[in-house]
Amino acid sequence: MKIEIDKNGFYGKFGGAYIPEMLYPNIEELRDSYLGIIEDEDFQKKFYDLLKDYVGRPTPLYFAARLSEKYKAKIYLKREDLCHTGAHKVNNTIGQILLAQKLGKKRIIAETGAGQHGVATATVCALMGMECTVYMGEVDMERQKPNVERMKLLGATVVPATSGSKTLKDATNEAMRQWINNPVDTHYIIGSVVGPHPYPEMVAKFQSVISAEIKKQLQEKEGRENPDIVIACVGGGSNAAGAFYHYYNTPGVRLVAAEAAGLGVSSGKSAATTALGKLGILHGSRTLLMQTEDGQVVEPHSISAGLDYPGIGPVHAHLFDVGRGEFVAVEDKDAMKAGVELSKLEGIIPAIESAHALHALNQIEYKPDDVIVINLSGRGDKDLETYIKWGEY
Amino acid sequence: MKTENRIDTLFRNKQKNVLSIYFTAGYPKLEDTVPVMEAIEAGGADIIEVGMPFSDPVADGPTIQESNKIALDNGMSLKKLFAQLAEMRKTVSLPVILMGYLNPIIQFGVEKFCQKCQEVGVDGLILPDLPMQQFLDEFKEVFSRFGLRNTFLISPQTSDERIKAIDEHSDSFIYMVSSHSITGAKSGITQEQERYFERVGQLGIQNPRLIGFGISDHESFTKASKHAHGAIIGSAFIKVLNNASPESLNNDIGIFIKGIKNGEYDYTSKA
Repeated sequence: MKIEIDKNGFYGKFGGAYIPEMLYPNIEELRDSYLGIIEDEDFQKKFYDLLKDYVGRPTPLYFAARLSEKYKAKIYLKREDLCHTGAHKVNNTIGQILLAQKLGKKRIIAETGAGQHGVATATVCALMGMECTVYMGEVDMERQKPNVERMKLLGATVVPATSGSKTLKDATNEAMRQWINNPVDTHYIIGSVVGPHPYPEMVAKFQSVISAEIKKQLQEKEGRENPDIVIACVGGGSNAAGAFYHYYNTPGVRLVAAEAAGLGVSSGKSAATTALGKLGILHGSRTLLMQTEDGQVVEPHSISAGLDYPGIGPVHAHLFDVGRGEFVAVEDKDAMKAGVELSKLEGIIPAIESAHALHALNQIEYKPDDVIVINLSGRGDKDLETYIKWGEY
Repeated sequence: MKTENRIDTLFRNKQKNVLSIYFTAGYPKLEDTVPVMEAIEAGGADIIEVGMPFSDPVADGPTIQESNKIALDNGMSLKKLFAQLAEMRKTVSLPVILMGYLNPIIQFGVEKFCQKCQEVGVDGLILPDLPMQQFLDEFKEVFSRFGLRNTFLISPQTSDERIKAIDEHSDSFIYMVSSHSITGAKSGITQEQERYFERVGQLGIQNPRLIGFGISDHESFTKASKHAHGAIIGSAFIKVLNNASPESLNNDIGIFIKGIKNGEYDYTSKA
């Protein structure tokens, strides 16, 4: 089965645009114009020039010799952690701010969980001289203080989301409400492959630079474009969508998605959406969603704020549904161990989100000569406090 | 041909100053749902909108967010709501509309939900996150099979062309969101809003129109009613429920609704 989006914005039975009428004109404008804008030659040149000179792309595809030796496979790390601002998130915000300018928008709003997307948004707003407001759960503001200050330093206003669980989903609710209140002059930069169509596909397209580069770089290093396995962590799933994108329809490439199992899939403190979720609608798309029997969205848990989301991008729900993706659930403690292990073996301190992808190596089967690419979506500087609290290093 | 339901009867008999009152089921106390409905009817309103609480109400402002949260904390669920509404038609004769978000309905089962609505005597639905196309593709058939009318929202941003399309697919009333806003965000009616009401009024649409969001007192109700068949009050009414004591609840609801209609109510002391 071909993995692709249909004309109504669905991947199989997931996706769509379930939005209040107040947002319909905005979503319609995006849906009708985004492809024309982003495929335009002038836009592409601006986008790739900024990715090169400002973000620092292409990011290296690094052969991790000691990690490979330990796991008995050929392991490459796609170094998204070396992007400007410290994670892959900026690929998307560069694309969307150029799009917002084309649409004549004056203000940018965004939601953020760990703060990486907020920082990436605040960064491009500073770059383009646009007003920026970032909504962030009050709980996340507390546990990701340095990122709050980074956003402020970059000139953004950070507004706490104080409803519900006070984390990423509530920040997203608040950003959507503020977009309803300011539909004309404001563009909402969603940070993941979630939300109403066309966001999931649009964000995936901006992030697809990751797998486009992997193909080229692997060709140079291994004489083949296709690895045996690509592994990425999934909260909403933007880095995974980017790393998988050009491999969706290459059946020989296994796509492994690492979800956050928190304290254990059945502990009640987890964010493992494919293991626990049921079909539902949140933030404008139909997808797998962690919810109660009554259809109330449950508050997820993960040690990593960036994976702390009760849903999953519709494309990932589809990959899961049709069996194209292999989903593993990685517990907090295992992710922390994998993060410490990479620090010691390779001198790279990963974001705890990315550490989930690293630990998936222990949870899947592979052959000794397999070429495995792990998308190292972000660096661990922002997580130093969590590593310190963890203490076992 | 559809059989007439209470919404049709209402608008056939009344084309001006129709007052629809929204509140959240299970609020302020779990068992208040039907007593509040009875008090709304006794107070003289024309339509009752019963909110089905949801954890993530993206189109709602702080007042209704809070009432949703309290109702859920009280233990409200769709199952509980239908149990409460089972006997409502013994005491409530007004049109009753359920308003809420899609996810709990999908979890409950769309067909089973519609069947329950029909069983207890619900007349229609307002689902802010159900846009027209999705309604036509996935929900229209089952809603109509169980005699449920669907109300669409329009906003100042909605194009004339789309308003006409929405009108064509409506069989209830059109919910005119008064401004660019979530519920309860702004108060009063500006000239710009009046121009929007007039623009829609001149489109010659078939369905009755009620104006909602930001309608909170006699003045805004009267202004809105000039440009439409009537108006909807939600957040301001929730505030009355919030401020009432269990003993005064009934009385306060009556005073508020009469005040909306005749202007004899001091909102500043209550809201």
